[in-house]
Amino acid sequence: MTPVIELRNIDRTYTSGEVQVRAVRGVSLTIEPGEFVAIMGASGSGKSTMMNTLGCLDRPSGGLYLLDGIDVSKLDRDQLADIRNQKIGFVFQGFNLLSRTSAIENVELPMLYSRKRLAARQLREKAVAALGIVGLAERSGHYPNQLSGGQQQRVAIARALCNEPSLLLADEPTGNLDSQTSIEIMGVFQRLNEQGITIVMVTHELDIAHYTKRNIIMRDGAVVSDAAVEDRLFATAELRRLEEAHQAVNLA
Amino acid sequence: MKLRATFLMALRALRRNKMRTVLTMLGIIIGVAAVIAMVAIGNGATSQVEAQIAALGQNVVLVFAGSVNSGGVRAGWGNAGTLKIKDADSIKREIPDAVAVSPEVRTSCQVSADSQNWFTNVQGESPDYFSIRNWQFVEGTSFTDQDVRSSNKVAVIGGTIVAQLFDNDDPLGQILRVKGVPFTIVGVLEAKGLSVMGQDQDDVVIVPYTSAMKRLMGVTNLRTINIEAVSPDKIQAVQDQVGQLLRQKHKIQDDHDDDFTIHNQQEFTTAATATSRILTILVVSIASVSLLVGGIGIMNIMLVSVTERTREIGIRMAVGAHGRDILLQFLIEATSLSSMGGIIGIALGIGASKLLSLFAHWPTLVSPLSVVLSFMFSACVGIFFGFYPAKKAAALDPIEALRYE
Repeated sequence: MTPVIELRNIDRTYTSGEVQVRAVRGVSLTIEPGEFVAIMGASGSGKSTMMNTLGCLDRPSGGLYLLDGIDVSKLDRDQLADIRNQKIGFVFQGFNLLSRTSAIENVELPMLYSRKRLAARQLREKAVAALGIVGLAERSGHYPNQLSGGQQQRVAIARALCNEPSLLLADEPTGNLDSQTSIEIMGVFQRLNEQGITIVMVTHELDIAHYTKRNIIMRDGAVVSDAAVEDRLFATAELRRLEEAHQAVNLA
Repeated sequence: MKLRATFLMALRALRRNKMRTVLTMLGIIIGVAAVIAMVAIGNGATSQVEAQIAALGQNVVLVFAGSVNSGGVRAGWGNAGTLKIKDADSIKREIPDAVAVSPEVRTSCQVSADSQNWFTNVQGESPDYFSIRNWQFVEGTSFTDQDVRSSNKVAVIGGTIVAQLFDNDDPLGQILRVKGVPFTIVGVLEAKGLSVMGQDQDDVVIVPYTSAMKRLMGVTNLRTINIEAVSPDKIQAVQDQVGQLLRQKHKIQDDHDDDFTIHNQQEFTTAATATSRILTILVVSIASVSLLVGGIGIMNIMLVSVTERTREIGIRMAVGAHGRDILLQFLIEATSLSSMGGIIGIALGIGASKLLSLFAHWPTLVSPLSVVLSFMFSACVGIFFGFYPAKKAAALDPIEALRYE
């Protein structure tokens, strides 16, 4: 099977003023379909640059990046936009929904830019289905400011899913959420992953990383640790425990 | 991306900021409305002038006698005794395209009927005069060619004379004394109102030219010969033929100037409409400046909008929008803004011109061309002034745009 991501000796150098910054230094790694990976690191470790590169928002200065078998390191702006549209679903820390635009229209957005022409009715059906997957089908007409943070992030996940991408990329997806909602969102990711969707997320929260299957730790632009998660947490179990703890407090 | 979806998106973006949208459109609205109304007023004035000149008669060629030059003092046109009745006769006889000819003399004098009297213009004409000037009778008829031959004392009068001398009673058959000579009234002319120059055209008594020359003025020469050409395209030909004929009859040598002057209807029309056209051009160019200012307003607000929506642009690019899609989105937004302003402005301009004709009694004529042109112009303003902000939006870097706070 073709790996979803194959990085060979990826470099990314910025020129800020007269100083050359090597944000990513010779990273090589392979992510197979069905994996659930957390990329971790302190700020300045190069994980954001990694994320931009993996998300085809940025091109590596050197090295080879094969996404789903396609070499994307030499593509131009428009070709990269098409790759993002077809192969990648983005989930951001700040949700990044269009304000004053209903949930369902936010979900439809990537399909509007799809090179596949869909009728308005098909668009709507697919968007409703995606909202159904994240459990928000009945709130499709709500605007972002009428939804809680967790619900907004679910809409963002539905938006990421609607074009059936090979890869779901999440940048600090729980960064703006409280702990219980964070676990709920991780539950959504775990469920999607069980259905076979490959997920890569960037986080600096260790406990959140424990819900994934594989942790990659970066420092100074290089991978310093890459290991499977041994004591993996499961959202359903954690939520149940939290519930019980709540009830215990109430009883006491 | 589908054009329809982009268009709906642009409309939604404009709806979100209703106040701002309306204020931005205001420049275009005022500009377009001003252009439409000004052109309507200009056209109305032009067509009124044209109608007034047409009231002088269609396809008319006028021959004036030359001016007297006695001891260096030159009198005005029509004073030299160079035009004679036989000139008019030969024009009628030898130029087939001159379908109607009326020799003319004029004087101003006191006229009276019963106990009333009035100072008015008296013209001597032939019966052809009424067809040349396209002048209808409300009562009675014209005098006849027989009246001309016999120098009969018959007269046709205008509406003002009826009002001043006959207190609006039926004047037909009554006696009108001109310089003491009694004329019988045979016809009353339809009212023509004021001329282009502001003279009351109905303040006139018209008698056979022979009667006027012999019985009233004691002259043998004519002031003017009125000629009607058979059709508009024959006006020039008639004018040329009359010129040649008169030079030949007056035995003027090749190196001498004409002792007469010929004018035609079109010269008057051109002169009169040129004035109102220049005025229209002036006012329209001022109004166009307001369109330009409106365009700059659109550019300004689009630049603000692009900055405000940097994050939105970032999101759109992240999920697969090409630069082209973003460019189109903002361009359509700017163009919708300006076209809507254009449409509202057109409606307002038409409304304003209708109100002007209704309440101020200004003649207005909304030209379809000005409507089409100002709509296209306002759309172009949107494209032109929207392009720079749209280009700026399309050139944004998605990573930077997503990070924008």
